[in-house]
Amino acid sequence: MSSNSGYVKEAPLVKGNHTFSSITALVADIVEKPTPFWWYIAFGISNLLMGLLFLMLGYLIWEGTGVWGLNNTVAWGWAIINFVWWVGIGHAGTLISAVLFLFRQGWRTAINRFAEAMTIFAVMCAGIFPAVHVGRIWVIYWVFPLPNQMQMWPNFQSPLLWDVFAVSTYFTVSLLFWYVGLIPDLATLRDRVKSKLAAKLYGAFALGWTGGNRQWQNYEKAYMLLAGLATPLVLSVHTIVSFDFAVSIIPGWHTTIFPPYFVAGAIFSGFAMVMTLMIIARKIYGLQDIMTIDHIEKMNIIILVTGWMVGFAYIMEFFIAWYSGVEYEKFAFVNRATGPYAWAYWIMMSCNVIAPNFFWFRKMRRSITVSFILSIVVNIGMWFERFVITVTSLAQDFLPGSWAYYSPTWVDVLTYVGTFGLFFTNFLLFLRFLPMIAIAEVKMVMPQADPHYYDEDGNEPVKETEELNEPNTNS
Amino acid sequence: MAQLFPKWANKVPKKLLLSVNLLLLAVIFGFWYWGSPKYTQVGYAPSQPIDYSHRLHAGELGIDCQYCHGSVMESANAGIPSTETCMTCHSQIATDSPMLEPLYEAWETGNPVEWVHIHKLPGFAYFNHSAHVNVGVGCATCHGRVDRMEVVMQSEPLSMGWCLDCHNNPEPYLRPVEEVTNMAWEPEEDHFEFARMVISKKNINPPIYCNACHR
Repeated sequence: MSSNSGYVKEAPLVKGNHTFSSITALVADIVEKPTPFWWYIAFGISNLLMGLLFLMLGYLIWEGTGVWGLNNTVAWGWAIINFVWWVGIGHAGTLISAVLFLFRQGWRTAINRFAEAMTIFAVMCAGIFPAVHVGRIWVIYWVFPLPNQMQMWPNFQSPLLWDVFAVSTYFTVSLLFWYVGLIPDLATLRDRVKSKLAAKLYGAFALGWTGGNRQWQNYEKAYMLLAGLATPLVLSVHTIVSFDFAVSIIPGWHTTIFPPYFVAGAIFSGFAMVMTLMIIARKIYGLQDIMTIDHIEKMNIIILVTGWMVGFAYIMEFFIAWYSGVEYEKFAFVNRATGPYAWAYWIMMSCNVIAPNFFWFRKMRRSITVSFILSIVVNIGMWFERFVITVTSLAQDFLPGSWAYYSPTWVDVLTYVGTFGLFFTNFLLFLRFLPMIAIAEVKMVMPQADPHYYDEDGNEPVKETEELNEPNTNS
Repeated sequence: MAQLFPKWANKVPKKLLLSVNLLLLAVIFGFWYWGSPKYTQVGYAPSQPIDYSHRLHAGELGIDCQYCHGSVMESANAGIPSTETCMTCHSQIATDSPMLEPLYEAWETGNPVEWVHIHKLPGFAYFNHSAHVNVGVGCATCHGRVDRMEVVMQSEPLSMGWCLDCHNNPEPYLRPVEEVTNMAWEPEEDHFEFARMVISKKNINPPIYCNACHR
């Protein structure tokens, strides 16, 4: 301990004293071994739900948006709520993969692949809603500035158009980032799989990766550039999503706090979703050595911090409504907390502001059960946040004569349920056929990757930090 | 270990990237060119129940457009001539021509001649003839030199972009109102001075908001 006595040594990011090859085996075996039985069941259910989604979308397109519960004043209902909710969830993936990469947070390597996949699938689910809500889906290409004989051009002053570009850029960059990160691991799988066809498929996507020095140099530079590109997107995408509301003049929407508040909320819900999926996956696939309890604790701290950012925004909105002296603004907020949708408001408050406070306690942060339950609670709360924002401001707007109570129809509900089918179908395919952990990157943060790990004769060091390296038995 | 892929596979990603982009551009260009009304509509010249020649009637005989399309100055529709309109002359002229048999049949039975509609606008686009001719947009500006057509043919695309070309910049398309039916009218040298004068005098302000035509 003598040489390290000056500081507290950080817990190793990979537990269980793994070697490089055992890490490869741990992750790659999941893909190579026969498909487990539970996977077929989960995949079947997801497929059924996805079928439900397509059925609902087909019905919507056939009948028109009248099948949704939209009414006279509430022109935006579940569609935009679900869109914002799914896009928000995606943000954690980008934050983990890009921002934490630039800040040299080694612990991201355990969850970045996983979270990025979640991002891509979540954005796919999100993208469905703005696409189908236009009513005439067959002219959806009008959102793109294409030359045409009508001389019709998208309205560049509309935040809804900024949304098209923000979300499609986000999807493209996320996909590229995810794919570039996958290349070395795809090559690993190419070299390990037995079947010739699988080797060819992985090989085709591995782009001839050999792991040479020059390839690694190019790879790391590309990865760094993509991380730099993706970092502003973490902030910009949800900022623009918030502009959908903030640029209008509806009381409760027209507020300058929306962009930071939406971004914090997005990261909040995204981390919760990563947590939910990760707790299940690490258990099923026995990855507790890589996705350790320390990772869960760090994520819980982020959930606590972003939860309070969101809570601060809720309180600040009320303050500004009073401080501005605008009576419509005041009414909008008092009405949220006490009006016909008070039940939704208080679900939001208790799930997003009160529930995360359990994470002030170390014991709670390190409890799998508490983390799992709270991660779901947070996502319920974040869905209700979007519901409260969208519906309360519209249902009671400037003109009391047109006030109405909004309720969704069965089509709204089943479409939303169906998006989970799309999400999990994709996610299960990802778990089955791709390495869910960035093998190459995890190796970089292992103690063995330190050039000074082995002594001069190439022997393993004496295990003086045995107590920190013990196998993780916490779950 | 044997190689998984042949050597040519090295070039596949580049070729794929190039061809996908070219394909995308080709699709956009294809729709822009072959899908446009300029390509699909212009030149539409269906055959009519009677081989009526505008070249003969409007050109050689010099009958004014309004003789047959009488409501053009007052109404949204220019009007298709009734059987009676044709019969003002053809009760006396060329009565034994086999070409005119459908006309006499219409006269006897009371069922109108079923002329084929050529200049079609979609139902969601509102167009008013009187609003245009009364400020000096000539017939020939939109319908072409009908006085030279044996069979009437659509000579302009009638696309929204085509409408907007004039609505954004009406000067080149205006003429004195008394000349609107003059097929052979040519702008004078001081045309733009004239056009600016007409625009300010009549307060011509062609609408370009959606609701003007999509009501």
